[in-house]
Parts: sequence; structure tokens; C-alpha cells
Amino acid sequence: MTIQLGTSKGRTTVIDVDVVVNSTARRLTLDCAVTLLDALREHLGLVGTKKGCDQGACGACTVLLDGKRVLSCLTLAAQCDGREVTTIEGLAPEGELHPVQAAFVRHDAFQCGYCTAGQIMSAVALLEEGRTGSDAEIRELMSGNLCRCGAYNNIVAAIREVAAARRA
Amino acid sequence: MAPFEYVRAEDAAGAVAMVSADPGATFLAGGTTHLDLLLKDAVIASTRLVDITRLPLRGVERAGDTLRVGAMTTMEELAADTVVTERLPLIREALLASASTQLRNMATIGGNLLQRTRCRYFRDRTVAACNKRALGSGCAAVTYGARMHAILGASEHCIALHASDLCVALAALDAVVDIEGAAGQRRVPLTELYVVPGQRPDVENVLQHGELITHVEIPLLPAGARSGYLKVRDRTSYEFALTSAAAALMLDCGTIASARLALGGVGTIPWRAHEAEAVLTGAPATVTTFRAAAEAAIHDPFTVPGTAFKVELAKRTMVRILETVSGVNP
Repeated sequence: MTIQLGTSKGRTTVIDVDVVVNSTARRLTLDCAVTLLDALREHLGLVGTKKGCDQGACGACTVLLDGKRVLSCLTLAAQCDGREVTTIEGLAPEGELHPVQAAFVRHDAFQCGYCTAGQIMSAVALLEEGRTGSDAEIRELMSGNLCRCGAYNNIVAAIREVAAARRA
Repeated sequence: MAPFEYVRAEDAAGAVAMVSADPGATFLAGGTTHLDLLLKDAVIASTRLVDITRLPLRGVERAGDTLRVGAMTTMEELAADTVVTERLPLIREALLASASTQLRNMATIGGNLLQRTRCRYFRDRTVAACNKRALGSGCAAVTYGARMHAILGASEHCIALHASDLCVALAALDAVVDIEGAAGQRRVPLTELYVVPGQRPDVENVLQHGELITHVEIPLLPAGARSGYLKVRDRTSYEFALTSAAAALMLDCGTIASARLALGGVGTIPWRAHEAEAVLTGAPATVTTFRAAAEAAIHDPFTVPGTAFKVELAKRTMVRILETVSGVNP
């Protein structure tokens, strides 16, 4: 990380951040206060990641950071220097669907769709965590992703199906 | 929000030096509360964030009958630790009842200890009356509606809750906090880290500016101890506690040989229930004993209409966790 550009009262408040986003190395020059969520949406044009509450309460902005699910609204882009970020756009090659995306379509696991990217990123991580032994476990470990349309039953069904297919 | 600088420290001493030398600087750990309050709610300020998440303070080591937890270990990492799983069920249960997996992947143990209150008046800068933000301005929570607020260690000056689940279990276990500062290192029992608000709700703990929590030491429970954590809340998951309790018991043929009990959701600080432990110790493990202990735990509560229900709910929460941990049911 090299520090340059903007200053405020003698302080350097703009930085360069080197981050790998969806397998592509990117260099961003940002204000220190920019969140990962805003960096993705406003600086990289990756608008699949959604801004819901912007306060860590809804899960809509969930992305993977070094493979683990985190909230991009409460992560500074600067903190991601040297790290790897995966968003909904990076789950599958262009024109293809990740198995979780396909299961969400099959099970009608969304209505308005605003929470869906976060739900899917969270579900992809949950499957990697290997804690999908029961509906109760899936519900508990998906509880950080709110769906105001109430598609929960279908979301659980989609995740259950992918988990079962993986075990088979 | 004023612009701020972001830097990363190489080691703990460097981080301490950077913050100690700069009155406007603050440590940045997982950020799940800090960034919320700084960027979104704008109720705290920082001119320089010193990112400490990459310091070599991450991981869990067992040394004899103690677990030494690096302050930058995440909540999810500590919950997954095999010694925690086998020997400290109350810690694991408290962690897994906290937040969501996303937040647990970000939030650190040191940061959890120093999380700020969820009091909605503290977090709303359009509310003028908050003694924690502006000493002497009053307490909007006492005057207006309150629910997710404290009844113990509280007063008309402040009823802001310490909302950590983990700290409840740590208080029950007599955990000790390792602190590094510009003047050297010191160790403080977790229960002495926090300060009951009194006339100074703006002072929340004994840390000086620039002091850094480096480790938390958790004494293991003796083999054969039974422990657990119960969290009562408005929704089943992903919610702060209305009331909670951490309990650990050693039973000897139906008699309670030793007891540890602490309460959450009710205190301005994580609340150790020594009076209840005294009632439990040496008594038969019965629901009558548990109820007597619960009565002893809650004395002189400060309630407002919105929080009065917590007095009875906290007692029932204690009875229930003691029933669960002991295996004694009515």
C-alpha cells in the first residue's frame, strides 16, 4: 500500500489499495473512508452487491473476503489491501450459474430480489462451512440475511437441495 | 464526518505508540461497531484509524488450565476452537448466539470486549440528551421509551446496556485481560475492566488512551463441570438479548459443589452474580434453590416502564439455565 494524494489538515486521507476482485487484480485510489461496498459499486461498477441498511443489520451486502463471508458495508476498502474479494458477479463464468444461483431460480427463492445477492453469497459460504445438516441449522446460520418479502422457506429449500447434492 | 487517515501497525508496540502519540487516533479492529458509529451514525470521531487486525495477536493457545486468546482472534475462530468446544460450552454458546456468521468472521475478541452500547439514543446524534455523548445533557432513554436497556448498574444518568454475550460468559469464568500501553503491560480481571456509569457515563472502562488489549486469558472449567449460556430475545436469532445468563456448576451427588453465574441484557457492564453463587454453593440442586439464587442476583434494580419486565425475565432466565446445566427440571 502506498500513500499519496489527498490530505486534510496535514493528514493523508486518500490511499491506493491493491485488491483482487473476482480473480482480477485491481488498484483503487480511494478516500480512506470508502467502504468495500461503495468501492465495489461506485468505483468498480460491480452493482450486484446491494446496499440495504448500510449498518450491518440486513446482510444484503455480503461478499467473500479471502473466502469468508463478511459485510462489505462495515469493511473499509483500505482494509482489503492485499486480499481477495468475491462478489455475486464472480461466482460463475459469464453466462453460467453457480449451483446455488440455479437452485434459487428453481425454488423461486426470491421475490423483489434485493436481498438475493447477499443471500446467495451467504449460502455459498455456508455450504463451504459445511453446516447444513438440518433446516434448523440452515435457518440459524442464514439468520444474518433478512428477506423482507419473506422468501425464507424457498431459500432454505434451495440451500438444502444444493447441500444434499454435494453430499451425494 | 471529518476525513481521516488510515494506517496499519506492524506490531502491538507500534500500534500503541501511534495511538498514544495522537489524541485523535483510534484503534480499528473488526470495525463492526466502530465503523458504524464513525461512518454512518457519526457519533464518534477519529482523525486516524490504526488498523490492528493484522497484528500477530491472532490465535488460541492452551497453557495448562488456561486458554490464552489473542485479541485479534475472530469470534467465529474462538467458537470453533476444539478446547472451547470441549471445555467451555458456555463460551461457544455465547459466541454462536451473537450476531451473524458474517459479523462473527469480522468481529474480534478484543473488539467484542470494547463494543459500544446499542442504546438508540446514544447512536442518534439528533437526540440531544445523552450523558455518554455529552456529559450533563441528560438521559433520553430514562425520559423517553426504553426497552433494550440496563436495569443493574443503572441510574437516572444512564441506562445504556453492555450488549456483549461473550463478556457474560467471560465474567462468569474470571477471565483476565492483558493490556499493553505506552508505559508497559498490565493485567486486569475482566470484571474490573468496566466502570459502572454513575455520574460519568462517558467513562466506560479503565483503559487509558492508547492502551491496547492484547490477549484474554480464560481459565478452563474443571473436568466434569457443566456449563451453558441462555439468551432470551425478541426474535429467535440475530438479535440482542433481552436477558441472558451464563452458568457453570460442579455437582456432587445432587449438591452444588461450586457455581459460577453471570447475567447479560440487564447490566451497564457484564454482570457477575456473586450473591446468587453464594446461595447456590452447598445447596441442593433444586428449582427452589435456583429461584432463591435468582432472587438474590437481582437487587436494587433501576427500572423505567419499558424495562420493568426484565426483573422477572432475568430471574426466570437464571432458573432456566440452571435447570438446563444441572439437568434438574421441575
